Amino acid sequence: MLAYTVRRILVSIPVLIVSTFIVFLVVINSGDPVANFATSRQPAPSKAAVAAFARHIHANQPVMERYWNWITGVLHGDFGPSVQANLNIGHDLFTRFKVTITLVAAAMILALIMAVVFGVFSAIRQYSAADYTITFFGFLFLAMPVFWFAVLLKQAGIWFNEKTGSQFLGTIGEKSPYLEVDTTWNQFTDHVGHLILPTITLALVSFASWTRYTRASMLEVLNSDYVRLARAKGLRRGKVMTRHALRTALIPLATVTALDIAIILGGAVITETIFQWHGMGEMLVQAATTLDVYRTMAWLLLSAVVVIGFNLVADLLYAVLDPRIRYD
Amino acid sequence: MTDIEAPGSAGTQLPPGEREFTVRQRTQTQLVLRRFVRHRAAMVSLVVFVLILLWAFIGPHLWHYSYEKYTEDNSKPPSWKHPFGTNSSGYDAYAQVMRGTQTSLKIAIMIALGSTLVGAIWGAIAGFYRGIVDAVMMRIADLVLTLPLFAIALVISSRTGGSWYWIAIVIAGLTWAYVARVVRSSVLSLREKEFIEAARALGASDVRIIFRHLLPNALGPIIVNATILVATGILTETALSFLGFGVQPPDTSLGLLVSQAQTAVDTRPWLFYIPGAFIIAIALTINFIGDGLRDAFDPRQQRVRQ
Repeated sequence: MLAYTVRRILVSIPVLIVSTFIVFLVVINSGDPVANFATSRQPAPSKAAVAAFARHIHANQPVMERYWNWITGVLHGDFGPSVQANLNIGHDLFTRFKVTITLVAAAMILALIMAVVFGVFSAIRQYSAADYTITFFGFLFLAMPVFWFAVLLKQAGIWFNEKTGSQFLGTIGEKSPYLEVDTTWNQFTDHVGHLILPTITLALVSFASWTRYTRASMLEVLNSDYVRLARAKGLRRGKVMTRHALRTALIPLATVTALDIAIILGGAVITETIFQWHGMGEMLVQAATTLDVYRTMAWLLLSAVVVIGFNLVADLLYAVLDPRIRYD
Repeated sequence: MTDIEAPGSAGTQLPPGEREFTVRQRTQTQLVLRRFVRHRAAMVSLVVFVLILLWAFIGPHLWHYSYEKYTEDNSKPPSWKHPFGTNSSGYDAYAQVMRGTQTSLKIAIMIALGSTLVGAIWGAIAGFYRGIVDAVMMRIADLVLTLPLFAIALVISSRTGGSWYWIAIVIAGLTWAYVARVVRSSVLSLREKEFIEAARALGASDVRIIFRHLLPNALGPIIVNATILVATGILTETALSFLGFGVQPPDTSLGLLVSQAQTAVDTRPWLFYIPGAFIIAIALTINFIGDGLRDAFDPRQQRVRQ
């Protein structure tokens, strides 16, 4: 399994290089930060200042050289210059990643738990009223735009705070300002309070489709011979469900979860914008509006690494879930 | 595509017992249509979707307010004069929602058509020639699939300006690879069938085989995927427009309308809920139509329905 993991990581390196190169071409060709710098400032900068700016953000280098300098720089921990003066992209990315990872992890755990619980329940009680209700809400959430739901939840949070006279459900930012001086317990509850609404928002992005997958794969497994055999030889229903059926049924879910991580990162951009978090979402939006090539690339590189990492974890999970699968 | 009358229905000489077991022969298209029509949720959804479509594209010509003209009423709740109310600058929300629905649908349909066209041809060629052509073409498609759709669309459309066709092109440029994958897999099995061998024996060219034999037979998965892409397209476009990277004012889209109304959920709720409800209605009906089509094209996969 270790050899397999190492091989997979080695294979993903060329993929990462080619895909970042394509993205690099797209990003540097879809906007001109130098022209933006020359026209958008008041008073208009001098020719020399514009040239210095172009040199500073490497805009005067040939594409191949520029890409090479960037990718080798990244390996040394240098993510390249930002269009904003005094902004260290690597430091910025690291700080924001810590903020976003909390949200993404919490949302994924919540979505997975809900998907397994509702999906399995729906499959066991196929065609019952509960199954139809879950299916209906599944379709509804599949069709619901994240941003619309997020604004609605934010309003509900404000209403809840007003009714209870508390500040528990944070609707702005990932934590309250000036919190560093407070006790650890208060810091903790404050973080949790700010996390609840964005987590629910982001979880609902994937919960609906994951429930459908769990239901479908669970139904398939429940109708299989080995589950029938396990029941026929007298094992208890609950035991058959958890030990025999659920483990196999989770395999497609592991695949879909890994594939959907890019969608979740996209959803995080929207969620963070609405709840005004200072995470990676804000970073991407700012980088896109300021035509900041290296800041955009830092975001996309990190998300590519996360996507590749998740796919690897999913592949390794197959072996854990299904003993028939062995890697060597 | 005329019906071939089986002897039982036309012949009066046959004994009644034999008539019982003869069935009218139906073409593939008729079978699919019949199965689709019997899918209740899909049929209702189709009717609702077509009504929304007609309303959004014909409605603006009949309605007496324009989406870009101020009216004398500010922040009025829904009434007979303004069925969806007005916003704080006096725009008639009914006209705006109509225009927004039109723009969003236009973009979503363009995305579905564009990426289906490119993806289907790409996948068919890759699956038909196999070998090195397939390997190269599918690696390119895989590469596109690894790009995070929303993030890339956001980065590119922040630089291309807010015209609706650019948004459609950018999103379609990232979604065609899904179609290519699906079409390739069905072409891979189709190309081994006898009718392809027959066509080749008759001297049909590669182009003819791909466009006349392979693609029409892969139509089922292509159409199902196209409907899913309409739903993906509308949700992506509205999200981009919501963040300010999609459709720009004075033009409007459902996402932009929700974005402009997000501070007014309490004070002017009609501005927020109505465009949102339209997005949900469109995506929901499209999903049901896709579901019905999937069942109609592939009865083996059908979830048991009476």
